[in-house]
Amino acid sequence: MSSQNYDYLDGNAAAGELSKIFAIDVTAAEGQCAHCGATGRFAEAHLYMQGPGVVARCAVCEQVLLRLVNVRQRVFLDVRGMTYFSFNATEP
Amino acid sequence: MLEIPDWPGHVAGQHVDVRLTASDGYSAVRSYSIASAPNSKRRLEITVERLPDGEVSPYLTRELAVGDRLELRGPIGGWFVWRPQQTEPIQLMAGGSGIVPLMAMIRSRAAAGSTAQFRLLYSVREPESVWYRDELHSLSDRDHSVGVSYAYTRAAPRGWPRPPGRIDAALIASTTWPSKLAPTCYVCGPTAFVESAAGLLSASGNSPDKIRTERFGPTGDRQ
Repeated sequence: MSSQNYDYLDGNAAAGELSKIFAIDVTAAEGQCAHCGATGRFAEAHLYMQGPGVVARCAVCEQVLLRLVNVRQRVFLDVRGMTYFSFNATEP
Repeated sequence: MLEIPDWPGHVAGQHVDVRLTASDGYSAVRSYSIASAPNSKRRLEITVERLPDGEVSPYLTRELAVGDRLELRGPIGGWFVWRPQQTEPIQLMAGGSGIVPLMAMIRSRAAAGSTAQFRLLYSVREPESVWYRDELHSLSDRDHSVGVSYAYTRAAPRGWPRPPGRIDAALIASTTWPSKLAPTCYVCGPTAFVESAAGLLSASGNSPDKIRTERFGPTGDRQ
């Protein structure tokens, strides 16, 4: 095993927080990384929760896909790291 | 065991967020996998591992009493789930307490009378750290459609054929479904375990889009 520091979780861990914003489950949603073009389920994104918010990074290139920060009564969502985010409209 | 009057029902593999709020307004949220199979009784079982310096688990495991109320959000997640409509072979791989959502899948299979073929490879430090031991034993004894294999990383039972060590390619080859059967694989555990196990499954010919993963670990404070 490599000595890599596994200090991330995955998109599953952000799903509760994101359910405040999205009506449809995000873990099965597919996104495309705006940096490397890889596509994948949000569940498989690497999730960093050590900071004041959560940061999801591409599992392939580790660039930022999504940031979510709570500041007092406001929620800030930055998804410019994805070219699209596609949901299954038939599932809750 | 939690009773939730307006619980909408869940699917095996999903989790809930538990929020605790102190009298000064400080609150902490943690995610816990649901261990119970979907049922109509509006009851949920979660299994909580007490972390000595945790903020939430010591309360849930020591202070919480029958009749206390908790703030829950869920069920959460629609990707790391097994549904009884799935008929393909299922490969489960658990590292430590990563067994919990996989146990929900095994229980859901039994509750639904599914005939899907399951295999579980369960990696634990030592024999004493096996969760649900008796239930797994009786399940795999009674129903050969659920095959359970153990991997011991620190200490193995006396006479165990494999010396203690991490899961490797040889163990994958001898205990998991051949990739030509195209099993759907569910891997859950600490991040290092998941990366290693998913990598080995992929190297043995399983397609990455048939490998579903859930990583957990002690999480930082969340609002």
